[in-house]
Amino acid sequence: MSRSLRFAYYPGCSGQGTSIEYDRSTRGICRALGIELVDIPDWSCCGSTPAHTVDHVLSAALSARNILQAESLKDVRGIITPCPSCLTNLKTAARRMRDADFKARVDSLLDAPCRNDLPVMSVLQVIYQELGPEAVKARVTSPLTGLKVAPYYGCIMNRPPEIMDFDDCENPIAMDRLMLAAGAEVMPFPLKVECCGASFGVARNEVVTRLSGKLLDAAACCGASAMVTACPLCQMNLDLRQGQINRANGSRHDLPIFYYTQLIGMALGLNGSDLMLDKLCVDPKTLLRHMRAAQSAAAS
Amino acid sequence: MRIGVFVCHCGSNIAGTVDVERVALEARAFPDVAFASDTMYACSEPGQAAIIEAIREHRLDGVVVASCTPRMHEPTFRKTVERAGLNRYMFEMANIREHVSWIGKDTEANTRKAADLVRMAVAKLANDRTLTPKKFSINKRVLVIGGGVAGIQAALDCADGGLEVVLVEKTATIGGKMAKLDKTFPTVDCSSCILGPKMVDVAQHPNITLYASSEVADIGGYVGNFNVSVRKKATYVDWDACTGCGQCTEKCPSKKATDRFNEEIGTTTAINIPFPQAIPKKASIDPEFCIKLTKGKCGVCEKVCPTRAIRYDQQDEVVEEAVGAIIVATGYDLFDWTRYGEYGGGRYPDVITSLQYERLLSASGPTGGHVKRPSDGKEPETVVFVQCVGSRDKSVGRPYCSGFCCMYTAKQAILTKDHMPESQSYVFYMDIRAPGKMYDEFTRRAMEEYGTRYIRGRVAMIYPKGDKYVVRGADTLMGGQVEIEADLVVLAVGAEASEGAARLAEKLRISYDSYGFYMESHIKLRPVETNTAGVYLAGSCQGPKDIPASVAQGGAAASKVQNLFSKDQLESDPQISNVAIKRCIGCGKCIQTCPFGAIETVDFRGMTKASVIETVCQGCGICTSTCPQGAIQLQHFTDNQILAEVNALCQQSPFRNYE
Repeated sequence: MSRSLRFAYYPGCSGQGTSIEYDRSTRGICRALGIELVDIPDWSCCGSTPAHTVDHVLSAALSARNILQAESLKDVRGIITPCPSCLTNLKTAARRMRDADFKARVDSLLDAPCRNDLPVMSVLQVIYQELGPEAVKARVTSPLTGLKVAPYYGCIMNRPPEIMDFDDCENPIAMDRLMLAAGAEVMPFPLKVECCGASFGVARNEVVTRLSGKLLDAAACCGASAMVTACPLCQMNLDLRQGQINRANGSRHDLPIFYYTQLIGMALGLNGSDLMLDKLCVDPKTLLRHMRAAQSAAAS
Repeated sequence: MRIGVFVCHCGSNIAGTVDVERVALEARAFPDVAFASDTMYACSEPGQAAIIEAIREHRLDGVVVASCTPRMHEPTFRKTVERAGLNRYMFEMANIREHVSWIGKDTEANTRKAADLVRMAVAKLANDRTLTPKKFSINKRVLVIGGGVAGIQAALDCADGGLEVVLVEKTATIGGKMAKLDKTFPTVDCSSCILGPKMVDVAQHPNITLYASSEVADIGGYVGNFNVSVRKKATYVDWDACTGCGQCTEKCPSKKATDRFNEEIGTTTAINIPFPQAIPKKASIDPEFCIKLTKGKCGVCEKVCPTRAIRYDQQDEVVEEAVGAIIVATGYDLFDWTRYGEYGGGRYPDVITSLQYERLLSASGPTGGHVKRPSDGKEPETVVFVQCVGSRDKSVGRPYCSGFCCMYTAKQAILTKDHMPESQSYVFYMDIRAPGKMYDEFTRRAMEEYGTRYIRGRVAMIYPKGDKYVVRGADTLMGGQVEIEADLVVLAVGAEASEGAARLAEKLRISYDSYGFYMESHIKLRPVETNTAGVYLAGSCQGPKDIPASVAQGGAAASKVQNLFSKDQLESDPQISNVAIKRCIGCGKCIQTCPFGAIETVDFRGMTKASVIETVCQGCGICTSTCPQGAIQLQHFTDNQILAEVNALCQQSPFRNYE
């Protein structure tokens, strides 16, 4: 691929707060892998999950504003975001605006009509498709040998397939292949695209403890010692609420929940401030210490 | 010329949106029209009688009927005018149903268009000439393609009726899908016990030539005189010498070959006989797994064969057969269930297809009739059946109902209880479709006597949990989600057109629907005929069918062949191309464009000219539009006749003004 990997970057709101470690590690590995991220100037919230339940035009306009801002950037190949929820909103808005009537209604809410010609992708898709697992593998300096991970994509990274248009919607493999490239052992995790309970954590906590509990059970059952996620909400439910889940279900899970960007960052040899592993609620230190100990034992 | 016009009401089909009386009234003013009237049902007995009476009373030279499609009733009305003493080609049809009344609701516009179509038909009829069909003799042999139960029935019925039959089967044995079944619904009788004797009859029948491991390579000719090339694929065994003793299969050291007969549950030897009751019972070598053919070593089968039948250097062989009719019975394939990612996409060993389960239930199957999980050989306690996998599912491009899955699932649930009385079966279903004789009673028995639990709803997901599988689905009657932990999951896979169906259809020049199933000539009234004369359909190649329906259609196709062969000579259609020899310059363009190879060159006083082979020409007309000289003309559709129609359409109507 001769064209430069320069993209308009949409961090999303959670990247500023609850998932700051996702945003930081994403920027870290992109720098290390040669993907140039240009922050979209003056970006605003995409409306997240509530906006589209109220008004499709308004919801699209929130994303279209960010698309419009991105269009002011020079020489970018597309818009990328780490967050699947932001991705869904951006892609849905872009697709709906292919309809001229709909686009006219959206444009009337914007300062200027947007061109709507930049492709929208997740960071995962760019790393997987534009670079590829082989290129990542070539840059790995400290492989994750011995780490058994269950890759968990969440329910909206690949679905609905006609909008997201990336990987297999029932059995995605992008993160699996990247984890293999990073040297980890990938367990056959069957609930890759199941729902974690999403934003029911406050409103109906028992939904999250039941659904996320099932995910943790399945990950432990298939022999994983950690889960890898690509969605801030999934990560939060599994990590922050793991204690709640254990209490509700009478389970005793102690599974670190990594962002895939953190694990790739580790394999690429990035330092702690780039990866912010200390932000994880379930402390991965013991697990990682065991992994490194086993590696050095095997090496000697 | 004196022409009669009859405008049909077709009940309210046409009269509902066309003012038929006005069309008839206008038609009286058309050139050459001596008589015109409207009639309630032109095709009915009184309708036809009125046409005959009018021809006699008004001394008509030709008749136009404005009614439905010529496909439906052109032959009917041609016979009618013939009965009144006219040539059958002095008849024209205007299609004012499919082309007018069924596609528009505006009565005024419809009426005008109907009148225009009638005027065109009148103008063409004024230019029509009488044509006389020629007779040709026919070869009373029949080719049956496909040796499943439909093909077997068709072959036996033809052979018993005294016809010579050539039966071509793609695999190494006849029997098709039915031979793989353990039991059949709704009687739960042994499948191979009722099919086996029929298979033996095929082998022993003096009138049947069986080519197994063979495919139809090419088909030429026309009804009554088809030429067929059959490719006999190399089996690396001389089947004339092989006695099926099985010594080679016992000694073969390569035991990892794909066991296609057992639906890839387990493996078989590289040289094998598909199953003990195979017809023909002959061994063949799978070249992919034979050590001698892949590595040049081994040769054990050659050493042990008592009749010296092994031929490692055997090649495909093509044999030519001449037949007068063809019955297509190529059956169906199972839907590729690995496309369902939510059911594991083929990654879970204990999520199997219904036909694989059938092999596990069968006493002649790889487990001797003991139900064992493929992963660990354990006997399952909870078996979950998932219906509509590749049926009634638009998301995988299979919106149609495969028809037989509800029934075989009920049968398998019953058999599961018979094999393992302690087991519990669940069936996820969308609707139960059991309309055949004793079918609904049978599914009720599965529920009420055998305690199978039927849950109405689709399965959303199957995933492993420990050594079990969680089957999650909706229960739409209870209005909630259900999860069942199963030891074994059986997917009731639907049917799709068999692989290669489209290629064969092109060789046969028959049509197929968007799913690849062959199209019958008329969905209600000509269900076993195709639009190509002399080619008939039997069994699931026309659409998914259960055994009784396949057998019935096999018999029906055979009776159609008997009907065709009841005459010694057939009439050829005179609507074929004809070369005006003086105009032809021998450029050969028509020869290049003819899709049927119906045009050849002849020497005419030292000059090259085109000549039409009358029995091969299908009357498509491509040559006539190709010929730069206008020398080749399609009879009954000549340039003059078509131009007369165009002129009639362009003429100003005296009755109204066009804007």
